[in-house]
Amino acid sequence: MTNNPENTDEKAETAEKQRAEWDLRLYVAGQTSHSLVAFNNLKKLCEEHLQGRYHIEVIDLLVNPKLSRDDQILAVPTLVRKLPEPIRKIIGDLSDTERVLVGLQLRLAK
Amino acid sequence: MTTSRENHLQPSQLVGLEKCPSGIPGLDQISNGGLPRERTTLVCGGAGSGKTLMGIEFLVKGAVEYGEPGVLMCFEENAEELAQNVASLGFDLNGLIANGQLVIDYVRIERSEIEETGEYDLSGLFIRLGLAIDTVGAKRVVLDTLEALFAALPNESILRAELRRLFRWLKDKGVTAIITGERGEGSLTRFGLEEYVSDCVIVLDQRIVNQIATRRLRIAKYRGSAHGANEYPFLLDEKGFTVVPITAISLQYSVSTERVSTGIPKLDLMLAGKGYYRGSTSLITGTAGSGKTSLSAQFVDAACGRGERTLYFLFEEAPEQFMRNMRSIGIDLQRWADKGLLRFHASRPATYGLEMHLAFIERMVEQFQPQVVVLDPVSSFDSAGSLPESQTMLMRLIDFLKSRRITTLFTSLTAAGNAAEQSEMGISSLIDSWLLLRNLEQGGERTRLLYILKARGTAHSNRIREFVMTDNGIDLLDVYVGPEGILTGSARIFQEMQDRLADLERRQDNEHKHLIIERKRKALEAKIAELQAEFDTELHEIETSIAASELDAERQLSGRMYVAATQKSKALSEPSPAHEGDQK
Repeated sequence: MTNNPENTDEKAETAEKQRAEWDLRLYVAGQTSHSLVAFNNLKKLCEEHLQGRYHIEVIDLLVNPKLSRDDQILAVPTLVRKLPEPIRKIIGDLSDTERVLVGLQLRLAK
Repeated sequence: MTTSRENHLQPSQLVGLEKCPSGIPGLDQISNGGLPRERTTLVCGGAGSGKTLMGIEFLVKGAVEYGEPGVLMCFEENAEELAQNVASLGFDLNGLIANGQLVIDYVRIERSEIEETGEYDLSGLFIRLGLAIDTVGAKRVVLDTLEALFAALPNESILRAELRRLFRWLKDKGVTAIITGERGEGSLTRFGLEEYVSDCVIVLDQRIVNQIATRRLRIAKYRGSAHGANEYPFLLDEKGFTVVPITAISLQYSVSTERVSTGIPKLDLMLAGKGYYRGSTSLITGTAGSGKTSLSAQFVDAACGRGERTLYFLFEEAPEQFMRNMRSIGIDLQRWADKGLLRFHASRPATYGLEMHLAFIERMVEQFQPQVVVLDPVSSFDSAGSLPESQTMLMRLIDFLKSRRITTLFTSLTAAGNAAEQSEMGISSLIDSWLLLRNLEQGGERTRLLYILKARGTAHSNRIREFVMTDNGIDLLDVYVGPEGILTGSARIFQEMQDRLADLERRQDNEHKHLIIERKRKALEAKIAELQAEFDTELHEIETSIAASELDAERQLSGRMYVAATQKSKALSEPSPAHEGDQK
């Protein structure tokens, strides 16, 4: 069900997930401009700050609407930091890098 | 739960806006058939005003009575909490969920977990709601309350755009929706949700006057539909949500010429021999302890005896106490209560506001369908509201009861020292028959007096009567009206005795006089007899003497004739020697 743009196969993904300290999920609703922007922003930021320590799972709610309830998603795009705990939710297209970093607790809020 | 209220607004016959019946008693009457179908209605009100319950009842009624499944999306309480909260109203949410008639989706928003980082939309919410709607094929949706989003999502401009989109989307989905909103300062809702909902806005309100809370509902806006514009009281209790469209009652009602007994034959006599009119409103006023309740009990006893259903509202006593007290004057109401003919409702006037009382009474009447209603006493409503308010309330109550042709009896307490006619809560002009009870203090005791102050359409006695409570109920006595004014109680008994004594004396006196006359007559008769006897004697003597003298005269005459005959021959020679003898 996951829509991984990296196109890695299942095994590799699982292995990567196990290694990753940072388990991130990006919830989107279809391939909208917002979701594409968000994904690109996220990718860039992770490469910059969390290289090799992260795993991104993109979840399309149009494909799997039940997860909107299970994971309490209202806004899209929403980035959820599953790991490290506690869970953090960051909504928006992640264009405000400062705030994304604060939201991911990679940087202290000013 | 649909109740017949034929006398209220009729659903529009014109094909216009299609209505979705809410199933909430009263609301469909004042809204002319329900909420606008496939549109969104905003229900707003302060905390605890009943918004959520109204929404839930809309869904439950839809599922149970109209076969329309529903979705409740709540932002503040989770499904278990909600189910528990509304179980007290008799709604089995879990059962409906299990039957696939209802979906409750709890949206948890934690502000502290959320960081906003640019453009977004609420497609997640849409998808989620769409999923829930599609799961049960929902026709009804309640969102309680969307305003939680404003607290969670800082970007108001995005939120407002999304809300606009949401309402359009709901319309496209073909669901009838209710969204709730917290009442704001100077606006209907705190975040101006009314801007997006243009079809129907319902305002709930809970007002506290003199420490008594009254819930009210008002349709602030209903595009494309006639609706009652007033504030209507509503009830929230074990039966759910009930709106009371009382002001829809008019003065057009049929009247009866049938009479019903007051339960006291002598009082019936004072009312043209027949009693009250059926469907009329009667008032018994009096000071404390003047016997108002006893008179009502007598009336109720008679009504139940005729097999009429009676609803008795007690505002100062508990039913048990009331029945015990009435047993002391020989009125057994328990048997009627056991038979189900008599139902009591006891409450303190201050328990709810006047509107609530009114709503409550109306609903009790709807349920029990009585022919007779007693409110004892109405004066206690003073404590639940101001005088003009209680007057209005009673006026509406009277209109309502009259429209049902229910014979009504009110009692009202007159404060000691006030003019008897003054304190009747200003309803004296509304009632048909008015009995006034008075305590008269005289001769070191208190006696009860009763008179009829007015009785519309009835020839009625203008006499003041004394009434006494006996072991067999109430009895009326004539008061003593004499040269010293009216006398009651012992004074009356004393006076009656004195009267009897005087009467006796007079009779004896007369008898005595009769005897004297008789004696005189007898004496007279005796005298007459004596005189008669004397007379008879004298008469006899006289007659005897007359007879004797006549006999003598005859003898002399015959003697003379003999002499004459003998002397005829001598007469030629001797002139009349017999002449000398005749003169002797």
